[in-house]
This record gives sequence, C-alpha cells and structure tokens, in this order.
Amino acid sequence: MQILINLANGIRSWLEGMGLSAASAEVIMSAVGALAVVIFILTHVIILILAERRVAAFIQIRKGPNRLGPLGIGQVIADVVKTLSKEDIIPAAADKFVFKIASTTLFATALLTFAVIPFSKGMVIQDLNIGIFYFIAMASTGTLSILMAGWASNNKYALIGGMRAVAQMISYEIPMVFSILGVVMLTGSLKMSDIVLAQKNMWFIVPQFIAFVVYYVAATAELNRAPFDLAEGEQELIAGYFIEYSGIRWALFMMAEYASMVAASAIATTLFLGGWLAPFGLDTIFGVTIPGFVWFMIKLYFMLFTFLWVRWTFPRLRVDHLMHFGWKFLIPVSLANILVTGIGIYVYQRIIS
Amino acid sequence: MLKTQELTLNMGPVHPSTHGVYRCVLNLDGEYIQNAVNHIGYLHRGLEKLAESRTYTQFIPYTDRLDYCSGLSNELAYVMAVEKLMGIEEEIPERAQYLRVILAELQRLGSHGIFLGSFALDVAGATGYFYIFRERDRVLELITRVGGNRLTPNFMRIGGVRNDLGEDFFTELKDLMDSFEPAFEEYNGLLTGNEIFQSRTKGISVVSKEMAMDYGFNGPNLRSVGVDYDLRRDEPYLVYDRMQFDVPVTHNGDLFDRFVIRLKEMEQSVRIIKQAMKEIPEGPVMAKVPKVIKPPVGEAFHRIENAKGHLGFHLVSDGSTKPYRNKIYAPTFVMLSAFPEMAKGTHIMDAVLILASIDIVLGEVDR
Amino acid sequence: MDKIVDRQALVGELNQKFGECAEIFEDNTNQSIKVKPDKIVEVMKELRDNPNYELNLIMNLSSVDYPENFTVVYHLNSLTYRHKLTVKVELDKATPQLPSIVSVWKAADCMEREVYDLMGITFTGHPNLKRILLADDFVGHPLRKDFKHNA
Repeated sequence: MQILINLANGIRSWLEGMGLSAASAEVIMSAVGALAVVIFILTHVIILILAERRVAAFIQIRKGPNRLGPLGIGQVIADVVKTLSKEDIIPAAADKFVFKIASTTLFATALLTFAVIPFSKGMVIQDLNIGIFYFIAMASTGTLSILMAGWASNNKYALIGGMRAVAQMISYEIPMVFSILGVVMLTGSLKMSDIVLAQKNMWFIVPQFIAFVVYYVAATAELNRAPFDLAEGEQELIAGYFIEYSGIRWALFMMAEYASMVAASAIATTLFLGGWLAPFGLDTIFGVTIPGFVWFMIKLYFMLFTFLWVRWTFPRLRVDHLMHFGWKFLIPVSLANILVTGIGIYVYQRIIS
Repeated sequence: MLKTQELTLNMGPVHPSTHGVYRCVLNLDGEYIQNAVNHIGYLHRGLEKLAESRTYTQFIPYTDRLDYCSGLSNELAYVMAVEKLMGIEEEIPERAQYLRVILAELQRLGSHGIFLGSFALDVAGATGYFYIFRERDRVLELITRVGGNRLTPNFMRIGGVRNDLGEDFFTELKDLMDSFEPAFEEYNGLLTGNEIFQSRTKGISVVSKEMAMDYGFNGPNLRSVGVDYDLRRDEPYLVYDRMQFDVPVTHNGDLFDRFVIRLKEMEQSVRIIKQAMKEIPEGPVMAKVPKVIKPPVGEAFHRIENAKGHLGFHLVSDGSTKPYRNKIYAPTFVMLSAFPEMAKGTHIMDAVLILASIDIVLGEVDR
Repeated sequence: MDKIVDRQALVGELNQKFGECAEIFEDNTNQSIKVKPDKIVEVMKELRDNPNYELNLIMNLSSVDYPENFTVVYHLNSLTYRHKLTVKVELDKATPQLPSIVSVWKAADCMEREVYDLMGITFTGHPNLKRILLADDFVGHPLRKDFKHNA
C-alpha cells in the first residue's frame, strides 16, 4: 500500500509545484484524505450490511439474500436504492429540528472517530498525540445524538429506548476507558502509531488479555449490538430510539451503527492485535511482501466477524442485569487489570535496571 | 421542579411481541409495570354464532381457525364432542383412533415448536427460532401431505378420519421422529443451557399452585407449577391408555419451567408417535355414521389435552342438523386473564416473555 | 366415561346447608344439578372447599338461550377425585341476572364477561363487567336467539 502513500506525496508535490504554499497544500491533502476515509467507510458499511445478512443466514441455517448477482452482491444496490427512494416521514408531534439533525450528527460522530485510525504505516489522517483520547471523546458523543433522536421523536417507545441507550453507554464507557488504560500504560503514549509500534515483539492481546475481553464486551455495549441492543429492544420497544425514522434518515442510523462497528474493530485491532504489523514478523510470504494495510484489513474483518457471530448467537440481556454486569463485574475487573499491569511494569523495570 | 409520573404505554394491537392482534395498556414506573389491562377481541369472528347456522360437519373447517397453530387437535376436540353427543364414541375404528393420536401428537410437536421458537425470538435469540422452525416446518410438510394445507388440514371427520394414510407418510414420519432426537440437543445447547437465557427466565413471574388453580390454568402451564394433571393419562380418550409416556411436571412455575416443560413434552410426543406407528392396526378409518348428522336432543361437553391446554366444546342439540349452541372453551382465553397479575412489578422486557409463556394464540382467544 | 359425583348425596348436603337450593337435573349427561341463582356463590364455594367433593377447577362457563329460559352452565372438575359435575342455573327470560362467582374462581372473571358480552346475562358483583370481545359501542347480544344479524 506504499502506492497510496506515494500517490499522496505525488499529489502534494504537484500541488506545491502549482504554486500553492505548503500550508494550503496540506489543507487540500487533508480534505483528500478525509474523502478517501469517508469512501472507505461507506464501502465497508455496505459490505457489512450484506455480510451481516449472509453471516446471519449462515448461522441460522438459511440462505440469505442470494438472488441479485453473484452471492447476492446486487442486493446491496437494491437496498440503497430502496432506502433512498422511501418517503421521509416526520411525525407531526416531533421536535422537527432536533429530529432532523439527530441522525446526521450520529453518523457524523461515527465518521469523526476514523480521523485517528492508522490503516497502515503513515496511512492516517491525523496521527494526533492524544489519538486514543480523541477516539473515546468522539465515540461517547454519539450518546447525545441517540438521546436527541429518542426525545425528538415524541414517542414513548423511542423515549424509553433513548434513555436506555444513555444509561447503558455511559455505564460501559468506564470499563472501556479502563481497559484501554492498560495498553496506554504499557506503551506510555496516547499516540496510535506509537501503540502499534510498541507491539512489534508481542501483541498486547497477550499481556492485556483481560483488558481485551473487557474492551470487547464494553465495545459491544457501546455499539448497541446484541446481546446488549437494549436501546433497540426489537421485542418490546420495536426499534427503540429510531422507531419514527424512515427512508434515508433511518439508513443513517444503520450506517452509523456499522461505521461505529468498523471503528471499534479498528481500535481493537490497533490496540490489541498489532495494527498493521504482520503476525510473527511474517512480512514476506514466499518472497511476496504483504503490505501492512492487508494485515490490518484481515484483522479488522476478523473482529467484525466476531461481532456478527456474537450477535446471532446470544439472547438479549435484561436492563438491570446489564447494569449489574457493567458496574459490578466489568469495572472491578478492569480496575484490577490496571493494578496488575502497574505492578507488572514496576517489577519489569526493576529487573531491567 | 422535578417530578415523576407514571408512563402509560399502549402495547399493541400492532406490536411484534403480542403474538397477534392483542393490546395491553401498561402503566409503567420507569420500566417496571405497575398495572396492565388486557384488551382483546380484535380477531373476533363470532365462531359460536356462525356454528348455529352451520351443520355439524360444516363447522369442522372453522375449528382449524381457532388455534391456528394446532388445527388437527382442534378438529379432534370438536369431532369427539359431536361423537359424544351422538353416543358413537365406542364405534370409532381402531385404525382411525391410532391415526388421530399420531396426528394430534404431530400437531402438538408443531404447536410447541411455535411456542419454543417464538419464545426464543422474544428473548432476542433469533437463531434458536430458526433451528426450532426447521423441524416444525417438516411437521407442517407432513400435515400438508395429510390434509393439503399447512395450518388448516380439515382432516378429522365425525366417526373417523377423512382417508387412510399411505406407507410413504409413515416412512417420512419415522424419518422425522428420528431427526428430533439430535434436534432437542441443539435446542438445549442454544437456549436452555445458555447463561443469558437462564438469567432472563429463571425466577421470573413465579406462579403459585393456588394462583394457577384460581385462574383456571390448564395444560402445560398448570403442570409447570407442579400440578400433575394430564387428560391424556388421567381421563384417557382414544387409545392413549395403551401408550407408554411420562407426564413432565416441574415445580418452580417460572418462565424457565414453562419453557422446559414444553420441550420435555415434545420428547414424550415423539415417544407416543413411535409407539403408535408400531402398534397401528389395519382396517377401516371411518365408522358407519349417517350421511346427515342429526344428534339426539341433549348436550355434551368434551375436552381434550390440546397443545395449549384443554380445548373443550359444549354442544347443545335440539335434534336438528345444526347445533343449538356451540360454546368453545378456549384455554388461552382464560389463562390470558392472569397476565395482568403475572406481569405486575416485572420489567417491561419480562412482560413480553410472560405473555409468550402463556402461549396465547389470538385466533383462539378471540374466536 | 367420566367419573360422576354422587348427586343424590350432594344435593341433600347442599339443601341441608343452604336450604332448598339445589336439585338433580335430568338430562342426557347424567351429571348435572340445578341450583337456584341467588345461592350460586355459596354453593360454588362449598363445592370447591368440601373435602368430599373438592371440585377445584372450573372447566367451562357456558350459557344457553333456551326458548323457556336462559341457562348458565358451569362445568366443574376435581383434581383430587377426577370427577366432574355440571351445575346449571336457570334464569328468567326478562331479567337474566345472577351473582358473580369471581370471588370463588378468578378464572370466572373473563368467562363471565364473555357471557355478558355475547348472551347479555348480568353478573351482579362482578368487578369489571364490560364487553370483552365486541366493541364497547356494540348494540345487542349476538348469541341470543332473537338477535337479528344483517350481514
């Protein structure tokens, strides 16, 4: 994937050759990079929607969409056309302004998280030195949009769904942050590329296995994915906070969910599975150099598959069980993990010195 | 000023978890139910009134539409009530009785399949639903072979059954019964043994023995609270007294028990069908009944152990070809009236499960 | 065949306790007794609690519009003895009314509402006697023989 980086550098030098200042060339390059990431996300959202249906069908011993095109790939286009051409219904009693912007802001926050994700060496929009902090901040802003959607719909089901989502997401943010803290302690940096490079010898999934599990569970809850999809609560709340949405606004909620899923998987890959690094130093197989981007995608899709797998296997938890699990189990476990990590680092440094 | 107030939530009549067009109005404190009120009747078709202008035979297809998950058993309950009214119970040929037992148990497998599947769906385990419906669909295919329709076979006749079933039916039936054994293990692995499933169902909405009797529970729901009462064994009809089977009884009376008892009952149904297939004699399948059914003046009440409970028909004859009165005792109609009390104080997510555990079918509730 | 209660003894016992309220009702089922409407609650309680009968489950609550009267039919069943009994109450055509037995069995709640809805028999003392299957603004009681249905 060096090609892409070379291409970027080419465009940059071309822009500078056109007589633009270095600063304005940088601005344009950021915009181009952002566009590339948006396209990347949208493609993955579309792939994921099909993948979810196919994986669900595979797990549930049925066929899934298989009529349009090979493996039902054409189904994606049909879905997009259908949602785009649907009527946009806004309830008469809704708070119209908030109702309209809620779906957009939710998708926007989901997109913003991608700014710090390193897809390969050098392939990152902004390698912020507080990258992981930025991710957490952006991911938790989504809660507000969900509450906005639930409140503005002026529907009791939507309100209950929105309230559930807030309670759940705030509760699960804490163990998620604590689990990430273990990794940060090992690295000593909040910068994403530093975290990846620190895993050169050993992926953090090995020393931080508990943190990985806690992160995975908390991320599932953050994403409102089954078995923690209480905010949607298909059985009792029908669709929860987006019950009143239709057409493209509804599609934005689904896209936001899948985009956040990609983001959460990407973070899991970066923090615990060594990011773009090849496993066991296998940079070349049979003389072919496999680019870091490919490794990243393989790991990303493995993580995404586990999300699908879990969703279609487990029944849903009850709200109070979920809260008990979050506060009484995950938080103590993640705190204990931090303690053990700290002791481990201290002992290790003593041995070294 | 902060203040709290109760939220009135209208659940239904169009709601994915009300199993049909049923509406309940819930008063919620947060998400906990303070009060629930049933509203039924959205599917009322006036079957009892219709029966008064149909002949005895003409009413058989209508019974399919009662509890549309177990058409054959409904027909069986009705034709047995008519036979009791006519006093020809003893004249039903042996082969017809065996066929009736086989088909009633097959229908029970199908109906319990729906219960387990939709219960799995109500705890959001959609995968369990598909695994259970795989077998249930094969049951329906067999029923299609019997009667031509998946849900409304119209196969039972006053005095026997419509026609004899061929050898290929029995081979396929045997094949299906053999495939149930591994299927039960899959259900148990996917649902019964699942930690989340257990935490969702154990100890929720416990019904005591007294409450169950008070509310007129019957069928699997009554047995789940520890009352050992099964019409097939205690008041045997057809050839059930020749069959070897256990009546599963559980003692906690919670959601988990109501789920498990049906799973166990399915195992017993497989056992009964296997025995009946072995013992079924050759012979005619229809008794000699007059072309025009004209029962003597009088009345009869007969009920059988249907999948959902005791389905009963109270027929009053005035000696003509049409019943003077046909009262249908629908088990779920009566058990549904316990829903408000069962749901009180539970979480809204549990209320959905409680409703599913009663195993209502609105075709039967509203008639 | 169904196991049947010794009706002679039962009727004697009831009459002795509550004073001339029950008699054997002769029909083809040979398992019916007839009870006076105003004594129905006491009789039902007695049938449920008397250790000799223990008719502790109500199987069915039906109603018939005979040309000469309305009859409410209770089918009772005992889990202990596995025997059955049919209790019939004959009501006047003009004012069909009898006490509700919800205090004996809560199961009777919805069944009585159904009878009220479709047959127009009033159960006094019922906590919530409203239409259950039909719409609240429906006129008439469809299962009555004089109900004119125009479809």
